[in-house]
Amino acid sequence: MTGPAHIFDKPNRYIGKPEPRADAARLLQGRGTYVDDQKLPRMVHAAFVRSPHAHATILSINAEEARAATGVVAVYSGEDLAKHVTPYVGTLTHLAGLRSMPQHPLAVGVARWQGEPVVMIVATSRALAEDACELVYVDYAELPAAVDSETALDTGAPIIHSELGSNLAWERDVVVGDIDAAFAAPDVHVVERQFRFGRHTGVTLETRGTVCDYDPSEDQLTVYYSGQAPHMMQVIFSKHLDLPEENIRVISNDVGGSFGIKIHTYGDEIATAAAAKLLKRPVKFIADRFESFLTDIHARDHIVRAKMGVTEAGKIVGIDFDDLTGIGPFSMYPRTSAIECNQVLNLTGAPYVMENYRAKGRVVFQNKTLMCQYRAVGHPIAMAIADGLLEDAARKIGMDPVALREINLMADDSYPRTSATGMKLDDLSHKRALRKLTDLMNYDGLRARQTLARKKGIYRGIGFVSMVEVTNPSPMFYGIGGAPIASQDGATVRLDAGGALHVSSSITEQGQGTNAILAQIAAGVFGVDLNRVKVTTGDTATTPYGGGTWASRGAGIGGEAMLQAAQALKDQVLEVAGVMLQTGVETLDIQSGAVTDIDGSVRLTLADLARTVYYRGNELPNDLNPELIATRHYRVTDFPFVFTNGAMAAHVEVDIETGFVKVLHFWAVEDCGRVINPLLVDEQIRGGVVQGIGGALYEECHYSPDGQFLNATMADYMVPMASEMPEITIAHIETPTKTSILGAKGAGEAGTGGAPAAILNAVNDALSPLGASIWQMPMTPERILASLNQADCN
Amino acid sequence: MSRYIDISLRVNGEDVRATVPSRLNLVDFLREELSLTGSHVGCEHGVCGACTLTVNGDTVRGCLMLAAQADGKEITTIEGLAENGQSAQLQAAFTKHNALQCGFCTPGMLASALGYLNTGGSADRDAIRQHISGNYCRCTGYQSIVNAICDVIEETSI
Repeated sequence: MTGPAHIFDKPNRYIGKPEPRADAARLLQGRGTYVDDQKLPRMVHAAFVRSPHAHATILSINAEEARAATGVVAVYSGEDLAKHVTPYVGTLTHLAGLRSMPQHPLAVGVARWQGEPVVMIVATSRALAEDACELVYVDYAELPAAVDSETALDTGAPIIHSELGSNLAWERDVVVGDIDAAFAAPDVHVVERQFRFGRHTGVTLETRGTVCDYDPSEDQLTVYYSGQAPHMMQVIFSKHLDLPEENIRVISNDVGGSFGIKIHTYGDEIATAAAAKLLKRPVKFIADRFESFLTDIHARDHIVRAKMGVTEAGKIVGIDFDDLTGIGPFSMYPRTSAIECNQVLNLTGAPYVMENYRAKGRVVFQNKTLMCQYRAVGHPIAMAIADGLLEDAARKIGMDPVALREINLMADDSYPRTSATGMKLDDLSHKRALRKLTDLMNYDGLRARQTLARKKGIYRGIGFVSMVEVTNPSPMFYGIGGAPIASQDGATVRLDAGGALHVSSSITEQGQGTNAILAQIAAGVFGVDLNRVKVTTGDTATTPYGGGTWASRGAGIGGEAMLQAAQALKDQVLEVAGVMLQTGVETLDIQSGAVTDIDGSVRLTLADLARTVYYRGNELPNDLNPELIATRHYRVTDFPFVFTNGAMAAHVEVDIETGFVKVLHFWAVEDCGRVINPLLVDEQIRGGVVQGIGGALYEECHYSPDGQFLNATMADYMVPMASEMPEITIAHIETPTKTSILGAKGAGEAGTGGAPAAILNAVNDALSPLGASIWQMPMTPERILASLNQADCN
Repeated sequence: MSRYIDISLRVNGEDVRATVPSRLNLVDFLREELSLTGSHVGCEHGVCGACTLTVNGDTVRGCLMLAAQADGKEITTIEGLAENGQSAQLQAAFTKHNALQCGFCTPGMLASALGYLNTGGSADRDAIRQHISGNYCRCTGYQSIVNAICDVIEETSI
């Protein structure tokens, strides 16, 4: 911990206050600038011919007619671009044994998933480029496809990369204690279930896209990027397009949703940059919705067989599970597709005290769209395994699920400590969160009403989850393994001649309110009115270097850098003020845009101070060198991650005739440390809950046995809409992290990580009187009816 | 049939004449030809609601209507919303309740909300949820949007 501790010793005008976002007005007037809004002189448009097959050899490509079509500027095959773009491999050294193969922007020789780009057409409009795509004739020889992850490792299964000899990308075992002995003990009850977590995807409302502009006179590539990690992309473009890093400028203006989708290396976007370089003019590519479904990373796709042992008295003795996850034909570059499995192995059961733990993870290649990190990476699986089994065990031993959690949750005064898997934990509040939750929802009253409803043939269920969330990652997440991904972030604060603050930060805005909280921190710590702070983010040319906004790290890491920069500038300004006023610095403060005495009486406005410094330096002593700008960087040092915790509950009603689930209400108590803006964090948690409900009840990428994506339209892929969603009550516990002065942990992924387990438990609670249960997500009406039929047969 | 069609229409109170490809969608026409980029394209098959706008007072999907069909019509996009009255109240209420995050759905959501208000919709939360269920929002939990619309109805009815 660095810096002065006095920032929060006095009331703060902005940090913790529900200030509306300053940039909301712009978006509400249709004045946003999303990447498709970007129009540049001489700009041309890209469209792609994509593989219609899940696995096929490309025998020949005939693009002669396309080349001659109206408006066509260029046609590129995989081989053409491979001469200009070096291939990339999605492995990292800290994921020992992870294997993948070099990937090209467009398929070379073999196409390995339906939708993989094969030929790029560049034309004067998107419509003409699409017309020309129809005139490209690709001769494919279909290959057998490895589609089902459960058979991908079988002898005789089609091998996707013959060089690797099998479809196994990565495996890891974690063994703690002696799980077999623990389960065999005399008073231990063991529950065992097979969980299936369907593939789903992010469905950002703004599809992926890019505008790339190359200026040969300065060898400069400017990329308008709809995404979360501009500096990471700068390195990737430099490395694979053979351009100096400093000659690449990546600009993220408004981003229409991201959720982890827009943080990876997509062949069509890299191809667009390569085409811009080759054509020496701007090229735009905007994915249509079909392309998004086929090529945006998918998520989850886990099959887990899991057991939990619980004593008669309700003590968890351990968890044992085997996780199989299918990741498509390559590990995604540069973050890899093994992180989610690794998170599942690390996080399962992390809220609970247990001595024994055994987990096996296997990550396999398959001929489907690539799978990678989407919001709440691994968390929905880990939480559903532990809390699903916990509530199953509670039913088995006849104990209330809240009471069983009370017995097993780590005590709030037991930190710092480690989880069973060795994760370092501190500043958590599981028990307080659960108690606050049960008070908030009137748990006893809800149970009483549930009993009454059941007598009337209405099947309602209440389900819980106690969860941890990985936030504020240190270099141990990616940097240690060789990824060009910064774990630190920077912030710059500058006082202008009018007394306003200009701040910039390397974290990025995708709607969370990043810019708003940066302004609140700067205004609150430095001492100006909020409307006098101008924020710049999302531009590698003008912001400090840093990681961006992902893994619930923006507020915790970027916010702390901003706090330290604002404090540093305050100290620098007060030093100047002290000289100008011939007063001791310790007697001065900055409030509402003025240097004041400690009691708040104004001595000098910041505008007067700044104008003296900038215009009339002759009035200052020669040995005073005023610096009205300060930059600070911050990274998490003592912990691999700063964990947060939360407790959530769902109340559902299952129609046992139709299998439909209605979510009646949802509650979330979240401890994300210091809350910077409750207005923003509450709705962000709600949005996360809704995405979690989507995964639990509706969203699934359906594939045919030969690897055809069957529901790649928004009419067929079900996303949560307003009428299905419940009211969601949010409450907070604030246990600031001791790793920073600000004390903020992340909150962005909590809802998505926790809601699926709570919904699963609520549905199973509703079904329990009928002897039925369901362990597959999404819990569609068809699957619920099947579980009820199964119960009838039993 | 000609592949180009001459049209004349009013967009946000201004007369517009253009010759458009017969296959051009209204929303693409507005975005590409008139640079009215406030209307967004999310799915191009009428499901997501991001391109929702007003044609002769009706709430319409800009991706399901051809530019040629807009001949003689009066179009209002987000850029043409009045600076006072219900649209301004809605914008203020969306800000107050943080009823937007990334903002991509917001122009369409506002158009649908205005449609609800203009047809005399009540502050019934379920009815509001039903009405905006043609507008997909991936960021919020919808609750703040419902709160904002309710606020405007309750303010107006006082």
